[in-house]
Amino acid sequence: MQYTRTVEALKQGTVIDHIPAGQGVNILRLFKLAETGERITVGLNLSSRHMGAKDIIKVENVALTEEQANELALFAPKATVNVIDNFEVVKKHKLELPESIEGIFACPNSNCISHAEPVKSHFFVKAQAKDIKMKCKYCEKVFSKDIVAVVR
Amino acid sequence: MANPLYRKHIISIPDFSREELELVVETAGKLKRTPRNDLLQGKLVGSCFFEPSTRTRLSFETAVQRLGGDIIGFADGGNTSAKKGETLADSIKIISSYTDAVVMRHPKEGAARLASEFSSVPVINGGDGSNQHPTQTLLDLFTIRETQGTLENLTIAFVGDLKYGRTVHSLTQALSLFGARFYFVAPEQLAMPDYICEELDEKGIEYTIVDSLDDVIPLIDIMYMTRVQRERFDETEFKKIQGQFVLRADMLKTARTNLKVLHPLPRVDEITVDVDATPHAYYFEQAKNGVYARQALLSLVLNETV
Repeated sequence: MQYTRTVEALKQGTVIDHIPAGQGVNILRLFKLAETGERITVGLNLSSRHMGAKDIIKVENVALTEEQANELALFAPKATVNVIDNFEVVKKHKLELPESIEGIFACPNSNCISHAEPVKSHFFVKAQAKDIKMKCKYCEKVFSKDIVAVVR
Repeated sequence: MANPLYRKHIISIPDFSREELELVVETAGKLKRTPRNDLLQGKLVGSCFFEPSTRTRLSFETAVQRLGGDIIGFADGGNTSAKKGETLADSIKIISSYTDAVVMRHPKEGAARLASEFSSVPVINGGDGSNQHPTQTLLDLFTIRETQGTLENLTIAFVGDLKYGRTVHSLTQALSLFGARFYFVAPEQLAMPDYICEELDEKGIEYTIVDSLDDVIPLIDIMYMTRVQRERFDETEFKKIQGQFVLRADMLKTARTNLKVLHPLPRVDEITVDVDATPHAYYFEQAKNGVYARQALLSLVLNETV
């Protein structure tokens, strides 16, 4: 059977695959991937046997760290993050929810001191039955991850 | 060995272990029974009130001076370099280089935690926006222990504004370490926030939401009253709610003899003046206890042993 790649193969960098359709753009924006200045290929609404539709992001010359990969778990818990070197997968990150997340999101509480001071935002992450809760280290308010994610 | 609070920042009640809370309460009791005027000798405390306060500031200043310490500071952020745009981080770096400890109140939530990251000396939170007010909780715990002889297995009703009342949230968190049982009596719009109820659920602590003050009076050891703020309601709604959460002396006929009524003050009309003369009223003694609880905390933070 003839196979056609919808997204070009990557020589070196990171492939974030199996992102739920619709989350790809959020991930690009929140993790400031475009600001790396590297070539990025994005596929949106690609067909997937398991997921129906998925998004995929390939970033050239950037190897995501374990910590960064875990931060992705907030949006795409089932995503696969593969680090590529010379067209070979050299590391597969297994995503785990991070205990805390720093500098990615702004605190949704407008009266939180973190907005006006020289500090990075910092949330403690806690998985609850059907939701992920994030507690701001500074104002101690607890938010659902969906509320934190839309604020930035 | 140094006491566990020596040189520690005092930011938020959930940071405390049960043993640390007990240590402050014990020490406050000792200082009330046997006053000391030497525990802060040679110590200089910075009192940084970026937002006005009456009881908290004056009781901190009283506590420092009664213990033989000195205090510098300001009572209103309007006269400081914060007004000129200086960050809190910079202000605290400088003030902490002058002093042995910094007591602060600030209108923004998280201000004390942030200050602790930039301070070279212990920071004591005197209230950060609607977030925490740990010394109020410590004086409440001290008062509860003083009136009941124990902190264990008490039944407490919180009445009034349970949504915005930060003292209610911290005291609930603290008492849940001692096996308390809670009644929450509040208008629906000012109910206890979900996150506090979820914390209690996780710890398996019993609580009941009730709408009548009369029903709970015979069942409780402590009634913790708070003020329902008029500005949170329209006038008609406020009038309807107001009557439901007012404590009058005649309502206390069914109370246990050990029941004490507490209130973080100021009260407006949620406790009628005739309650003051009953043996259940304890809110003025509670306010006085603020000095002992703050003396205890300052002594523990600034001395290896007390």
